Order: sequence, then structure tokens, then C-alpha cells
Amino acid sequence: MLKHVRPALVLLALFTLLTGLVYPLAMTGIGQAAFSNRANGSPIVRDGVVVGSSLIGQQFTRPEYFWGRPSSAGQGYDARSSSGSNLGPSSQALADRIKVEAERYGVPASDIPPDLLTASGSGLDPHISPAAAQFQLARVANARGLQEDVVSSLIDAHVETPSLGILGEDRVNVLELNLALDELGRAPA
Amino acid sequence: MKIEGWILIFVFAGLVALIARPMGLYLAAVFAGRRTWLSPVLAPLERGFYRLGGVKDASEQDWKGYAASLVMFSLLATLALFALMQLQHLLPLNPHGFGPVAPNVAMNTAVSFVTNTNWQAYSGESTMSHLTQMAGLTVQNFLSAAAGIAVAVAFARGFARRGTGQIGNFWVDMTRATLYVLLPISILFAIYLMASGVPQTLAGSLPATTLEGVPQDIAIGPVASQEAIKMLGTNGGGFFNANSAHPFENPDPWTNLVQMLSIFAIGAGLVVMFGRMVGDERQGWAILAAMCALFLVGTGIAYWSETQITPALMSAGVDPSLGNMEGKEVRFGLSASALFAAVTTAASCGAVNAMHDSFTAIGGMIPLVNILAGEVIVGGVGAGFYGILLFAILAIFIAGLMVGRTPAYLGKKIEAREVKLAVLAILASPLAILIGTAIAASTDAGRAGILNPGPHGFSEILYSFASTAGNNGSAFGGLTANTDFYTYAHAIAMLAGRFLVIIPALAIAGSLAAKPTAPASVGTFPTNGPLFIGLLAFVIVIVGALTFLPALAVGPVAEATANTLN
Repeated sequence: MLKHVRPALVLLALFTLLTGLVYPLAMTGIGQAAFSNRANGSPIVRDGVVVGSSLIGQQFTRPEYFWGRPSSAGQGYDARSSSGSNLGPSSQALADRIKVEAERYGVPASDIPPDLLTASGSGLDPHISPAAAQFQLARVANARGLQEDVVSSLIDAHVETPSLGILGEDRVNVLELNLALDELGRAPA
Repeated sequence: MKIEGWILIFVFAGLVALIARPMGLYLAAVFAGRRTWLSPVLAPLERGFYRLGGVKDASEQDWKGYAASLVMFSLLATLALFALMQLQHLLPLNPHGFGPVAPNVAMNTAVSFVTNTNWQAYSGESTMSHLTQMAGLTVQNFLSAAAGIAVAVAFARGFARRGTGQIGNFWVDMTRATLYVLLPISILFAIYLMASGVPQTLAGSLPATTLEGVPQDIAIGPVASQEAIKMLGTNGGGFFNANSAHPFENPDPWTNLVQMLSIFAIGAGLVVMFGRMVGDERQGWAILAAMCALFLVGTGIAYWSETQITPALMSAGVDPSLGNMEGKEVRFGLSASALFAAVTTAASCGAVNAMHDSFTAIGGMIPLVNILAGEVIVGGVGAGFYGILLFAILAIFIAGLMVGRTPAYLGKKIEAREVKLAVLAILASPLAILIGTAIAASTDAGRAGILNPGPHGFSEILYSFASTAGNNGSAFGGLTANTDFYTYAHAIAMLAGRFLVIIPALAIAGSLAAKPTAPASVGTFPTNGPLFIGLLAFVIVIVGALTFLPALAVGPVAEATANTLN
């Protein structure tokens, strides 16, 4: 076995250097130079403050914002501990959690778009379905004193559709939609 | 179910078939030592590696030497990775100041990444320093995949050669796999991922203040470089806990498609390479056809099942028309989540873009069954290929018994020694799975890890041993796997599933390479036609069913039929 030690040690060291340092550091150089915003986590800056990442969902609780999906990441949208609920298909705990989530909307669960009652795989899902956004339309418009059709057309403008018709689902980025809502409020009357 | 979902599944299968041939031709050139268009850059580097390592690239090894090199390389890699995790608090590139990884988890993780399993008993963003992710985990993502490819190539040589005991040089095959195949594709892939939004930085976090004024600390890091090889090498160990469900690992439906294709790319290419090496490409396509049939059946069932509502959602009164979205991301939806689950378990990848633990009972059984079938449907880089050829040997043997003729495959007589070794390799993982599951299900230490009670809890245990012994790495993630019991039990399963398959496979390769090749005659059973494809698929299903039906009946089947909450 001893004759195998030298190539094993040397090649392990060389490949650690090549694939463990040179490769990731070179990619970091390319990323920082060519895709600076994306390589740094796609931050969204408003008034000089980073308000989040366009790819990462965040917790919304106030009535004047659209709410995202339930999250099992930490205490909810904890972007340092991504996680799904891992509750199984016949889990009583899952059924109980959904009933609590439904109370948040004050209507029977059957009337609520299912993505607003189910937790995402990452706990950081930035999207909801267009139906889930329309479902919250009245509350948001009311809280902001806006016309419903104004908010509705804002939703429509934020719907992303499947690429080539088959890749992905219709979806709305909640943070971007809420940012646009805030902008609407700031616009000169 | 939506027609778009089905189109996606078939488009995906078609794209894999399109990739297989160019990839196979490239692999064949690389491992025959022919010049490729990358040679001007890489050949000097390759020669330098050999010179420093004292590797005589012109001299080949018999199967024992090949296996010994691989085992020694794996052993040293495991020790080095363990040491890195123990020392990460003393080393640079640790922006969150993480301490040393708990010894049992570090041991489990070192074994996991060196065996190409990438089972994760830890949560990446809250455990591993950037240096550990880069110089430890990323490196083993490359090298464990390269070792698997090397074994596949050596195995193919067993059929292609005659009258020699030599099956290649492990150091050369492993080095070429890394330099010519894995690294160049990973570079392109990583650049694409960065352009799509996957972070690549040495910073540890992106601090933000949400619109509601709450601080949100967003974990980032050198993700893209690891993500690329994680998929291409069918490793599956995510930078983040949520793996490819995390928007930073898999930002949009396009990256999702490319990730799925990259899981299958090399595995499918190896099959075509095999056909070229044995001088009949149809032999490779026959194998690929058997794989494809099994894959589409499983994927279709999983997709259908996920469009159904679960008892938990039903009991809470959720609208049943949109299926089971618990544990899934809106941007992927049901079909791309079910497809990803089937792909990642058909190959021994183990990356996930949705939480398998929250799948419907039958939808979650499909990935489990894919793993239990030996991950031979396309398969992991290398592992899937030698896995399905072991089944092919068994299929040929059974066919030979039925017609009363000495079985031969590709002109090589399949005799007692090869069949015994093939059966040993085929049974190694099932033994580890069933014994491990039995022990865990009957001890307090094992049952303590369960999240979901009832039959689903048993499924969590069964899935964990299937995933570790099958070197897959995906999970029913509710299971608490960082306990002493599970870290050691799973480590044993991972080692058994890797080396008790590789060593017999190499022994078969050595034995076959030494045999003469008999010319085909009218009595030869053709192994490039539909009869053989059917027989091969049949043998895989029968062996899997005979071994695992009782366990599946207690877990997912019981859950699907009981229809009660626990």
C-alpha cells in the first residue's frame, strides 16, 4: 500500500490547490468583475439602504403589504437558516399549522390560494402565485387607501410567466411588488 | 396535471439524449488519452501533476492496484477533510466565526463527501466556514466524482480488452476526469449560475433591513463555484441547508432545467462512451433505453401523485385543485419539483429542489424506489454506469439459465466468478439499508430522530439508510441525523455502499479483461435489442421488489392506504 501514498498525498494537495482555491477564487474574481450585483446576492437598495435581496423572500405582517408564504426558516424568513417544514403528508402538526395560517386571513382555508397556506422548501421563497396576490388585493388597497384597480394592475405588471411556456409557473415577486406599492404612495399626487 | 408539466418531462428526456452522444465521444477521447481541444492548455498541467506525484502515466495497473490506489486516495482525503473541519476556527475565510464542527458530524461529513454521497447531517450556512466549503467540500465534490468516473472507465475497459490483466491507471483516469471533464464544464456552469443570480463572494452575509424595518441577515458566500460541481458531479451537497430549493442555489426555472440536465450529462455520456469502447454504440443506447423506460414511469407517477392533495391538507380544508405545494417553491411548481426529485434519485445526486419529506406518500416513494433500485437509471457519475452493468451481468446470467447456454456479454463469457462478484456488489447496499433500518427502527436511539410519527417516521429511517448506502444524499429531512447513532450508522452505510460495490466491480473488470473475446455466433443472445432492454429493466425491478417490498409496505404504502393523520 505504501507505494500508493505518494501519489495520493501529492495529487490530493495539488487538486485541493486547483479546485479548492484557484477555481473558486477565480470564479469570485469573474463574478465580482462581471456580475457584481448578482454575485453579491442581488441586493435591492432604496434610499441608500439595502432593503433585501430580489431573490430572497422576507417576512411581511402589516396589512398594507402583500404577504408571502409561510416559512420554516428559523422564526420565519431567517436567511441564515433556510429550511422547509419537513412535515409529512399525514402530519397532524401540518394540518394544525395550516389552520393557524388560515386564521391570519380571516376566511375559511378552502377560499385561500394553497401557496399561502403551505411552507416553501427553502423557507425563503420570494414568490407567490398571481391568485395569491389578487386574493390579498382588497386588504392592501384598503389599508393604503388606494383604488383596487390601481393595485390590481400593479400586480399584473409584476406577474412573471413560464419561459417557453413550460419552464416555471406564473408567479409574483412579493418584495418587488411591495416596493412598487411603496413607490406608488411616494409618487407626486 | 397540466400538459405543460408533461411536455417539460419529455423535453427534458429528449435533451438528455441529445447531450449523451457529444459527451460520450468527448469522454471516450479523454480516457483513451487522445488529444482534445483543451489539450494545449491542460496537457502541461497534467504532466506536471504526474511528475510531482511520481505517477508513471504510461504504466497501467491490475484491478488490485487500481483498487488499492482508490482506497488509499479516499482514506487520505477523508482524513484531510476531517482535519479541515476540526481546524476551521483557526483558519482564514470564516466570516461568521464558526467553531470546529462536532467530531461525529465532521466524521460523517468527511465520509459522506469522499464517497460521493453528500449526505448532510449539518446545515451548511450555520456550520461550515467558507474555507471548508471551498478547500474541503468543493474539492471532494470534484475528486469523489472523478474517482467514480475512473471506476466506470476501468469497468468498461474490462469488456473492451482481451487477454490482459491491466485495466488502466487510477491516477491518470482520476486526473483526466477532473482536468478535462469536471473542471472546464464547472467553470462555464459557475459563470452561468453567477449570471443568473447565484452569489460568488468571500463575504459571509448581506445585511438588510426589510420594508417593515426588521433586520434580515442574508447568508451569502462562494456558492456558484460549489453549486456547479455539486450538480455535475452528482454530489448534491448544498452550500445551504435548503439545497437547490434555496433561491441562491437555484434562482429560476432555467437554472433548474440546467441543473437537472447536468445531473444526467456525464452519466448518460458514459453509457455512450461504453458503446464506443466495445465497438458497438447500440450496446450503449440499449442500456440507455432501459434506463429511460424506468425513469419515465417513475417520474410520471411522482408527478401525478404530487398533483393530489395530502390527508393533512385535506383535513385543514385546503383547496384540493392545486395539489401538494408543501415543501415546494412557487417558481418550480409541481412538475419541475417531481421531475427534479426523480432525476436526483435516478442518478445518485441527492440535491433537492423541494422537500421530499413533505411529498405525498406515493410521490415520496418514487425517489425512495429510485434509490433502492440501485440508482442505475442513468446513475451517478460512474456509479450508475457500473451499477447497471452489474445488473446487465445478472440479466445475461438469468437469460443463460433459461436457455441452457453459457452466458456471454459482449463476447465475454460470464462465469461463476463474475456472477458471484456481481451479486455481492448488488446485495451490498440492500444489506446495509435493511440491517441499518431494522436496527434504527427497533432502538430508542434510532426512533428518537423521527419527526413525523406513524408509518411516515419509518419511511424517514428507511430513506436515510437507502440514501446513505446508495451514496445518494437526499433525505426525508425531518429525521434528526446529527446524533451519535445516526452519524456513525450512516457513515458505515456510506462506506459499504461505496467500496463494497467498487471493489467487486473492479475485480470483475480485471477478470473480464483477462478473458478472450469470443466472436458472436447464431447462438449469442443479442444485447443491443428490445429483448435485452426489457430483460434488463425486468431484472432491476424484480431484484428491487423482492428485496424491498416488505419495507415499502410498512412505510409509504401503509401511509398511502391508511389515509389518517398521525
